[in-house]
Order: sequence, then C-alpha cells, then structure tokens
Amino acid sequence: MSSIIKIAGRGVPLRGNDIDTDRIIPARFLRCVTFDGLGEHAFADDRSQLKAAGQLHPFSNPEYAGASVLVVGSNFGCGSSREHAPQSLQKWGVRAIIGESFAEIFFNNNIAIGVPCLSLSAADIDSLQGLIEDKPMLEVEIDLAAGSVIAADFSFKIKMPEAARQMFVRGQWDATGQLLTNLGKVRTRAAQIPYLNKFTP
Amino acid sequence: MSRGTLFDKVWKLHSIDQLEGGQTQLFIGLHLIHEVTSPQAFAMLRELDLKVAFPGNTLATVDHIVPTEDQTRPFADSLAEEMLQALEENTAASGIQLYNVGSGKQGVVHIIAPELGLTQPGMTVACGDSHTATHGAFGAVSFGIGTSQVRDVLATQTLAMDPLKVRRVEVNGALSSGVFAKDVILHIIRHLGVKGGAGYAYEFAGTCIDAMTMEERMTICNMAIEGGARCGYINPDQTTFDYLRGREFAPQGDIWQQAEDWWRNIASDSDADYDDLVIFDAAEISPTLTWGITPGQALGLDETLPAIENYAVDEQDLIRQAYDYMDLKPGQSMLGLPIDVVFIGSCTNGRLSDLREVAKICELHGGKVPTQIKTVVVPGSEAVKAAAEAEGLDQIFIKHGFDWRNAGCSMCLAMNPDKLVGRQICASTSNRNFKGRQGSPAGRTLLMSPAMAALTALEGKISDVRPLLHKEVQS
Ligand code: SF4
Repeated sequence: MSSIIKIAGRGVPLRGNDIDTDRIIPARFLRCVTFDGLGEHAFADDRSQLKAAGQLHPFSNPEYAGASVLVVGSNFGCGSSREHAPQSLQKWGVRAIIGESFAEIFFNNNIAIGVPCLSLSAADIDSLQGLIEDKPMLEVEIDLAAGSVIAADFSFKIKMPEAARQMFVRGQWDATGQLLTNLGKVRTRAAQIPYLNKFTP
Repeated sequence: MSRGTLFDKVWKLHSIDQLEGGQTQLFIGLHLIHEVTSPQAFAMLRELDLKVAFPGNTLATVDHIVPTEDQTRPFADSLAEEMLQALEENTAASGIQLYNVGSGKQGVVHIIAPELGLTQPGMTVACGDSHTATHGAFGAVSFGIGTSQVRDVLATQTLAMDPLKVRRVEVNGALSSGVFAKDVILHIIRHLGVKGGAGYAYEFAGTCIDAMTMEERMTICNMAIEGGARCGYINPDQTTFDYLRGREFAPQGDIWQQAEDWWRNIASDSDADYDDLVIFDAAEISPTLTWGITPGQALGLDETLPAIENYAVDEQDLIRQAYDYMDLKPGQSMLGLPIDVVFIGSCTNGRLSDLREVAKICELHGGKVPTQIKTVVVPGSEAVKAAAEAEGLDQIFIKHGFDWRNAGCSMCLAMNPDKLVGRQICASTSNRNFKGRQGSPAGRTLLMSPAMAALTALEGKISDVRPLLHKEVQS
C-alpha cells in the first residue's frame, strides 16, 4: 500500500456550502455496475443548469481542466452514502479535496479510495479559492507530513483528524489488508456474539 | 466521554481490534445489500481474488431501480435490468439470500429487514445506503457505508470505524393531534441543523419517543442521517419485543426469553453518561414541512417563511439559493401553496401505519384528488402491499383518486421510471429535498408526514390536517 504525502496540482474552486452527493452525481448516473465513466458526469445537473443560464460551472470551465485539488465550502458531500460521488470526482481528476468541513460518510469513502479531505477555516478557504480564481494556473501543494497547503506566497495549516492523516502518510488508508489479517479473530468473536449463537450464555 | 450507553456496549462487544491507523475494526452482525452500491464491491472482491466471508450474515434485495408499474422481466430499462442481473449473479455465486421481486419479501431494504425480524437489538448493521440509520429503532447500531466498505464487509464481515460521541436527544410529553413522528424528526433536524450531528450517534429518548410504535420509531431513526449523525438509535423496550415476537427471523421458542433478557441488558444504563444532551418539548411541535433544499430548511405550518437575515451570515447564501430554487419568498405562508405531485412511500414513511394514515385522511375528507395532480402511493415492501390490500386500503386509495403501485424506492430518488418533470413541485413523505432529488434536475420537493401529504393531494395545495382530525374527534 502506497503512502500519500505530497499532492501538487492546479486547483478548482467550488463555492457554496452543503453540496450533497446528489449534486455531485445525480441518481440517474447510478444506473451502472461499474464506476467507469462517472468522471464526465460529475456535477452534471449543476453544469447544465449554469450553462443554460449563460454561466460556467468550475467543472466545465476550461481554465480548470486538468486540475486535481478541489477546494470547497462546508459540509461538502452530505446526503446519500453513494461512493459514486467520490469516485466521479476522482475519475474527473481530483486527487485531494480541501474544504471547510465534510460529511462523515463522504470523508470515509474518500479515505477508502485514497483521496485525502483536508480542512481549512472558512476565511482560509475563501482566500485559497480567491487565489485560484485569480490565477487558475497556480500550483497548489499539499504536504500531509508537514500538515500544510502552499499556494503562491501563502501557506495554510491544514486540519485533519490525526488518524486519517497518519493513514495516508503511512500508506494505511486502504484498511482491507489489515481487516483481512484479523479474519481469525473475527471468526472467534463471531462465535461469542450472543445473537449469532442462540443467546446461549 | 460516554459510558454505559447502548452505543458503548454494542461497540465494545463488536470491537475486534485497534487498527494501525487508529480506527476500530468492528464486527457487523447484519449486512444488507442492494443493486446500486454492491456490484462494484463484488467486482473489487473478484479483483482481489477474495470470497464473501460470512454469506449467511448478508441479505440482499432489489429496491432502488425496480419499476412500480410493469415489473415483467427483462425490465424496460436495460440498465436497471443489468443491475438486477448483476445482483442475481453475485448473490447466487456467493451463497447470499436474495429477496427478489415477486418473492413476497422484496422491498426497500430498510423496510424488509425489520419486518422479517432480522434487525434486532444490540446488533451492528451495515448497508451501502445512508438510511441504514433506520435499524437503530430496534436498538441496533447501524451504519450507512460506501462501496469500498461494502467490499470490506463482504470480505471480512468487519468495518474500520472511528469512534463516535453519543448525544441523547430527548423528546418529552405528548404530541398534539395532527402531529406525527415525521414532524418530530423534521423539528429536531431543523433545530439541531443538518450538520449538528457530525461525530455523534444520536440516542433518541424521552416519554414521547417511548410512547411511539416501532414504525414511528423507524421514521425517527431513518432521518438521523439527515441531521448529520452517523447513526441514531432508540433503546429496546417492551414495544420493541412485542413487535419482534413471532417474526420470521426473530428468536423462537425457548431462546426467546434469553434473547429478551440480553436485549434488556444491552439498553443504556439508567446512570449512563452522555457527551451531550438536548431536550425537546413534544407539545411545541406543530405539523412541519420543509420548504427549501436541505432537510433542515423546515418550518411549522403556523409559521411564515423566515427572513434571510434571521440566518447566520455564512448560511445566508444557501438560504437565498433555496428561495431562488423553490421560487418562494420570505414572509410567505406554505399553507395553500399549490402542488403538482404527491409521493407517498419510501423507507421513511412507506410502512403499513403510514398507509393507514393516508386512508384515514381520504375517508375523513371524502373527496377525490383533482385530476391535474399526479399521485403515487408506493408500499415499502411486497409484504406491506399485501397487508394493505388485505385491509382494503388499496380500494380506498383508488376510490379517492390515488395511484396505487408496487413496492420499491420509486420517487424517493427516482432511479426508476417514477420522476418529477421540469419544475414540478412535489409533496413527498420521503427524506431528502435536495435539488433534483426526485428525478428532474429542476424539480422541487417538500418533505412532510403521510397525513399532510394525503390531504395536500386531495386539496391540491398544502393543507393542515388538524381541523379535519379535530372534526373527527368531535363527531
Ligand atoms: S426509499 Fe429512498 S432513502 Fe430509502 S433506501 Fe430507497 S432511495 Fe434510499
């Protein structure tokens, strides 16, 4: 399992709070048996609605094509637990998300696919989004070991639950291997759980 | 830190190990899967050359994509058909029980597990679906998970989880007539916020919750996730045991008493410590509905829509967006607002008692749904459908102009043919009012109780059930 410490790339700012997973990937795109091809549908409805209104969603804006650091507001990824949402962002090119806060299931789904979600204060998010909007070609550098984000002359201190940060730094973000190692213990425990064993004491 | 709560006890019982990353490896007693979030998980297993470790602890059904009108196979929607076929193949290959359409046991996953007696107190439950919180009504600790985690549960019957704090949410006193469990949970979310529950398990308690039936408790726990909580639960009591007794997968015969003793012990201790406590007065809750684009944007029917300045500065943008999207204005009343569509169903309100409430409103009102209003009444499961038809509820619905359908998720998220069109506005008993949730990117959703939705259908506009119910009491 590979560690994820430094992520550098151009940013894509997405303003607004409480953006739910139905926005990220509308339900009709969940009619599929693989995650392939979800990237092009990320924010499909927001994109087409803005387009109809003569505006450009950041994910449709050619200035942000090829960006890999998504910068969002608070409670990002709330609602449905669909992993299709982080998968579609990852397939679009997102390798890390910086936001004010994240919904928990979404946060965990991102860990499971190796996309760190980092937090900054609302004011820092605003500045970072502003910096990227001014200079879309700007390189945003995340260093999980140092706990920092650097963009132009600015350096921000990231907040992230220590356990999650360590998982990326040490390359333990994919827990499946560890879970499998304990399969013996799991079977032993299963034999002791009352409701799986006719409640015999 | 919490101590002595049901959550703490269940967590401890199911903890296998502390993982290197700091998370806990948690055993999952009951794993539920459906066609939307499992095919990729099975594909990942195949890639890793892994087998399903405990197929007997997993149950599958198909709910999100099933059409509620013509269910003949192959489904008209080839993508839906492909998804069901994948589920059929995956479950058959790994020895997992599938309750398929026509089995008599198919339905929304969070409806069938409780009605079969599979969901029991003290269990851990996981499902690749956020409304897994529903199972907490039985005193189970239940988590909605993503597809990679579905893979983990299939491969190991465990999950890597972060510990949670426990907040006790008490609702005390009696509800007024015309106020239902749905109003209670919308009221709670409105006051604690859609992110208020982050990092918490919610323990719902208090005399109002104690007095609720299991079906009402499921409505409450179902929407814990909408309040940002990772899970919600209610301590098991006599109501829980009475509901479970005699159900197919509930303990039978001699072991029943042992089970009941164990269940009583797994409930939170009377001197348990909580990380937080919030108390609501049931008498203060009025019929409540959402008006905006998050489940927290709700108001009582007696109120008028709030001024944008009433909200914290960082929320005002979202409120403005909500007004724009919904085409509503501050100061306006929701009462009397014309609607286009009424959806009755979902894992929040698709159970028999919900349908009975709808039928009752139909009979008290006596009228017929105006022809321009589209209605869809979708039972939560094949068993709910059969029970409703045995009582003649379907005939009442049809007589009053409602469209009676087959079981599934239907217009709760519109992955099947039931969808809003254009800017239609829908009175819905489901749980999410996000933009575009009901299938039209511009469609609008108002969440409410089945009774309010029923009367709203009959009147063609948002209506208050209290005068109607009041008349009933007097006559
Ligand atoms: S009824 Fe709605 S919320 Fe419940 S499982 Fe189905 S789609 Fe999800």
